[in-house]
Amino acid sequence: MVQTDREQSNASPDGRPDSEQPQWHQDFPIDWPQDHYIARRDFTKFLVLTSFAFTVGQFWIVVQNFFRARRGQLPLQFIARVDDVRVGSVLNFTYPDKHDQCALLRLDQQSFAAFSRQCTHLSCSVVPEPDKRRFYCPCHEGAFDLATGSPVAGPPRRPLARIKLEFKQDAIYATGVELRTL
Amino acid sequence: MPVPANMEFFVDPTRCIGCQACVLACTECDTHKGYSMIHLEYLDRAHSVQTAPVVCMHCESPTCAEVCPADAIKRTEDGVVQTARKPRCIACNNCVLACPFGVPKMQTEFKLMMKCDMCYDRTSAGKRPMCATVCPSQALFFGTRDQIDALRPRSAPINQFKFGEQIIKTKVNMMAPRTGQAEYVDVTAAMGEQTIDKKITLNILDSVFE
Repeated sequence: MVQTDREQSNASPDGRPDSEQPQWHQDFPIDWPQDHYIARRDFTKFLVLTSFAFTVGQFWIVVQNFFRARRGQLPLQFIARVDDVRVGSVLNFTYPDKHDQCALLRLDQQSFAAFSRQCTHLSCSVVPEPDKRRFYCPCHEGAFDLATGSPVAGPPRRPLARIKLEFKQDAIYATGVELRTL
Repeated sequence: MPVPANMEFFVDPTRCIGCQACVLACTECDTHKGYSMIHLEYLDRAHSVQTAPVVCMHCESPTCAEVCPADAIKRTEDGVVQTARKPRCIACNNCVLACPFGVPKMQTEFKLMMKCDMCYDRTSAGKRPMCATVCPSQALFFGTRDQIDALRPRSAPINQFKFGEQIIKTKVNMMAPRTGQAEYVDVTAAMGEQTIDKKITLNILDSVFE
């Protein structure tokens, strides 16, 4: 009896029959039971669309991983020819951006080392001093070892970031930046 | 559990003595403690002490729900129009402006419309609404149609109202005299009238007395 009353009473205030009512009137019914009612077809639609969304999501993750593996890789950058760097000398260059100051050292005939010139204390620019075998930071009297980049004096606790080097046909390339804590 | 179909709400404004008992009883309800959902209106304060209690009439085509843009006002299967759902209500005031009876109240501190839901926690458990239990003159009566017929032999319940061009059928009944039976009560009949120098009548029932 209550049900029949509801069907009659659900008429819109404008008095027109249900078939002439706009679609939203059926989509957002006033009566609680109709509002909570989910047709089998709607439920199936929900299941299909949700599974479809999950499937698309899986492929999306694969695509993301494909790009993520390539992200963050620093470029290969030519620094100098081996012959152009004398033993015991320092060559300043920028890597990976043109504002990131770095220094390439030729320690002896065979060994090269490259470090970022950013002080690990407060990011001042350190000055290579090959005759004293150190990098000197003028801001707070900090010093780093020339060969290893590890701190030897002053406030810095961490070593300078090391630039990874690669040698190809007597040319030196920078391939990456290694941030170190010890 | 729905409100029993044979239990109905009858409002008889002519019996109202303005004691505010219903207002205070309403504030004691646990679902909206401290806030009264009932309106106790003075009809013409300058010339009369007559009051009329206004509870939600629970329309069969609730205008408040029709105008709600957030789909927050719902009616349960027993025809009780519930107060706004808190997760949905956007406090837009549309229902407050639209209701022909002026029932919904905007509680700005909660950003929520709150209205009389016929004490759904009580009536759905077989009890009477708070206001109907305390009303000393039984201007607010909740019971069966047989009971009201026996108690008010000279009055007949009316549940059709006219608000402008809109005919509203309600779940709650308004008691009107049996003599000069009216089809409906005109909600806005009193709005355009000058009440000065007129004998005091219950203005909302004017069309009944014609």
